[in-house]
Amino acid sequence: MQTIYTDVLVIGAGLAGERAAIEAAQAGFSAICLSLVPARRSHSSAAMGGMQAALGNCAKGEGDCPDVHFSDTVKGSDWGCDQEVARLFADNAPIEMRQLAHWGVPWNRVVPGKDTYFKGGKIFDKEEKEENRGLITARDFGGTAKWRTCYVSDGTGHSVLFTVDNVCAQLGVEVHDKTEAVALIQDGTTCFGAVARCLRTGELRVYLAKATTIATGGFGRIYPCTTNAVICDGGGHIPAINTGVVPMGNMEAVQFHPTGIVPTDILVTEGCRGDGGTLLDVNEERFMNVYEPDKQELASRDVVSRWMTHHIRLGKGVKSPYGEHLWLDIRHLGEKHITGKLREVYEICTSFLGVDPIHQLIPVRPTQHYSMGGVRTNKDGHAYGLKGLFSVGEAACWDMHGFNRLGGNSLAETVVAGGIVGKKIAEFLQGCEVTFNSAVIDSEVKKQQERIQNVISCKAGTESVYKVKKAMQDALHKGANIFRTDAGLTECVESLQETLERARKVGLKSNGKGVNPELSAALKIEGQVKMALMVAYGALKRTESRGSHNREDFTARNDRDWLSRTLAYWKSDSDTLPTLEYEAATNIFHIPPGDRGYGKSEIIKADDVKTTDKG
Amino acid sequence: MARELKFNIFRYNPQDPESTPHMESFVLEETDAMTLFIVLNRIREEQDPSLQFDFCCRAGICGSCGMVVNGRPSLACHTKTRDLPDEITLLPLPVYQLVGDLSVDTGSWFRELYDTVESWIHTKKAFDPTAPEERMENEVAEAIYELDRCVECGCCVAACGTARLRPDFLGAAGLNRVGRFLIDPRDERTEQDYYQVIGNDMGIFGCMGLLACEDVCPKHMPLQDQLGFLRKKMGITALKTFFKK
Repeated sequence: MQTIYTDVLVIGAGLAGERAAIEAAQAGFSAICLSLVPARRSHSSAAMGGMQAALGNCAKGEGDCPDVHFSDTVKGSDWGCDQEVARLFADNAPIEMRQLAHWGVPWNRVVPGKDTYFKGGKIFDKEEKEENRGLITARDFGGTAKWRTCYVSDGTGHSVLFTVDNVCAQLGVEVHDKTEAVALIQDGTTCFGAVARCLRTGELRVYLAKATTIATGGFGRIYPCTTNAVICDGGGHIPAINTGVVPMGNMEAVQFHPTGIVPTDILVTEGCRGDGGTLLDVNEERFMNVYEPDKQELASRDVVSRWMTHHIRLGKGVKSPYGEHLWLDIRHLGEKHITGKLREVYEICTSFLGVDPIHQLIPVRPTQHYSMGGVRTNKDGHAYGLKGLFSVGEAACWDMHGFNRLGGNSLAETVVAGGIVGKKIAEFLQGCEVTFNSAVIDSEVKKQQERIQNVISCKAGTESVYKVKKAMQDALHKGANIFRTDAGLTECVESLQETLERARKVGLKSNGKGVNPELSAALKIEGQVKMALMVAYGALKRTESRGSHNREDFTARNDRDWLSRTLAYWKSDSDTLPTLEYEAATNIFHIPPGDRGYGKSEIIKADDVKTTDKG
Repeated sequence: MARELKFNIFRYNPQDPESTPHMESFVLEETDAMTLFIVLNRIREEQDPSLQFDFCCRAGICGSCGMVVNGRPSLACHTKTRDLPDEITLLPLPVYQLVGDLSVDTGSWFRELYDTVESWIHTKKAFDPTAPEERMENEVAEAIYELDRCVECGCCVAACGTARLRPDFLGAAGLNRVGRFLIDPRDERTEQDYYQVIGNDMGIFGCMGLLACEDVCPKHMPLQDQLGFLRKKMGITALKTFFKK
């Protein structure tokens, strides 16, 4: 067995993982990142929009400061975030943007002079100051009081990821791409590294480390329709869940975006609706003006997604070989506007759909977009439950997003949290000594070898991994989607429990030799179903509506009973349900729970008297 | 009536001693808005679960899915079947080490490239977290981004005559990467420094000017201009060096 030692092992080589590895490397420690794909193909690269940081350089950002950014973030989270963490994030974001500029990110800059911009279809004037010429500029994003989102054209994530990967190459941070972590090596109190499978040869390898960090992004692929890349499948969460001692935080907090295209679920921007695009049903009739006479298509992401789903349920969806969808109509905006301001949308439609949006309707449906939940850590990024295990980025529940994250805050989190957690990992490593016990290592390797052999030889059964995966995705899609009810979630949980049984009986059809993709899928399926159960069961038990978690039977945000974070454990291999525990959402209140200023405002306050029949 | 599509796909699993390189055919009925992403996943899930290929973002952003489609290196994710004939041949990208079937190892190739061209900002300045950022004209930032857009899919290298002859040739992607730093005012390297890296047959003077790179680039990078610019710049640097002696 090839065994590799490193001070820091990072599972995942996207922005969060590489940024953390840089801090460790700068402090003199060796660092290796494992990645399913070459680092620069990580899903961070797909984030186009930008990163929120209160630099306040541009005209519409004047007067911005971390306090305002903090306040927007807490409101956005629907008071579900850890306010100490949100504060750390907002304070450090401007410094991180400058750090990235120093490393080579070509941020768009302030161009002095008069200019115009669109809002709600109307034109407004603004004037950029000469004194700010050449400083990092920002664009407008939803849910923010100021223009705060720093950007690099329409390729922010791509450009920042290339820059950060350059710095990794410079500092000698190794990236072992085409490598997949399959289990953590741990004794119930300390993490010693991971067992990984090489996706060039199919062989197992042991990585030993003083600190191990999970930074594998979101897990959108447990849903059938997601904007996430195919690698965002929870593969990094599963080894942590399987320890039984590391909890996942707020797994029920899942964000949906109204306009993923059908098929392939690639995102088209909110700008379409912002500029006057409309949503149509199977009869090519509008419906948002009926459900939301005031805001119509421009209601918040969650609200639009909910009504779209409702309308499809009424039988007004358009049937297709890829499932039901609705139409996005931007034809009336005209060729000039569509190929100009909405060029990216035009390109996606023509390249991926063969649809010309100047003359044709765009097929869209609400699509899973972001996982607020993940490996629960403290504010240093240290995972609950295991010493030496860290997590950062979308993979983690650090928890600055609570039950809803703002656009531009997730990409910023990757690097800001990466920097903060990376420093904490370096501190942890100072004077840290670890004794590696070969019995612990050998037993984990043996366990994984047996697991692989059993799947190949169909020891437990011959269930098709693809069919089981589809059953899991369909159950979540049906029951743990935008609308949630007691009945729907109960059915979803029961169906997922049956799926779990089937997942335990998966066997390969192919021979499993080398880099067999069926084997890779089979090794993950049971863990994925466990994650799906954490989402569904957490959602079932949370009898309130908060941020993206919407219960039709409990429509109010309930600060009296649910100002809390769900911690989901999978305590024993033979369990068929996760064990849920709860902790306070935040220990420090800079801003007490209140009205967000947008969306619904039905709130049960913390000091409201409890009645016995909530109905 | 939907078309019946025949896919001839290269098969070889180097990890299986019983496997030999060969072509295998799969038949699928065409559906609306079908892309090769949908095709290959359907073949894997419905017909042969051992089929190897690489996708990641499936949105033309990450560069994972480069392969040779009917003779032309392309990104599979944004290749629509409606633009292709009834019979479609898929081969892995040449130049890169084969992992299996349509999957190749671009990661190692590019990682080596970063070290060769030292693909990072060379500066003696230290970062000061308390200071505002250094100013930069927006036009300069946009020019850098224009060259930073490359997704390193490897199509240009797979289509390159020189790369097929010289394993150490940097290719258009590598030379473009150097060009990106050359125009970045934050990088303190001199033209002489760049000349050491690309002023040879491994670099800019290896290019035969066939320019298939420009033709196949899925991101429509200005590779022809870029190669011309570097050749001129390095030619002048060579002359300057010659006359100094």
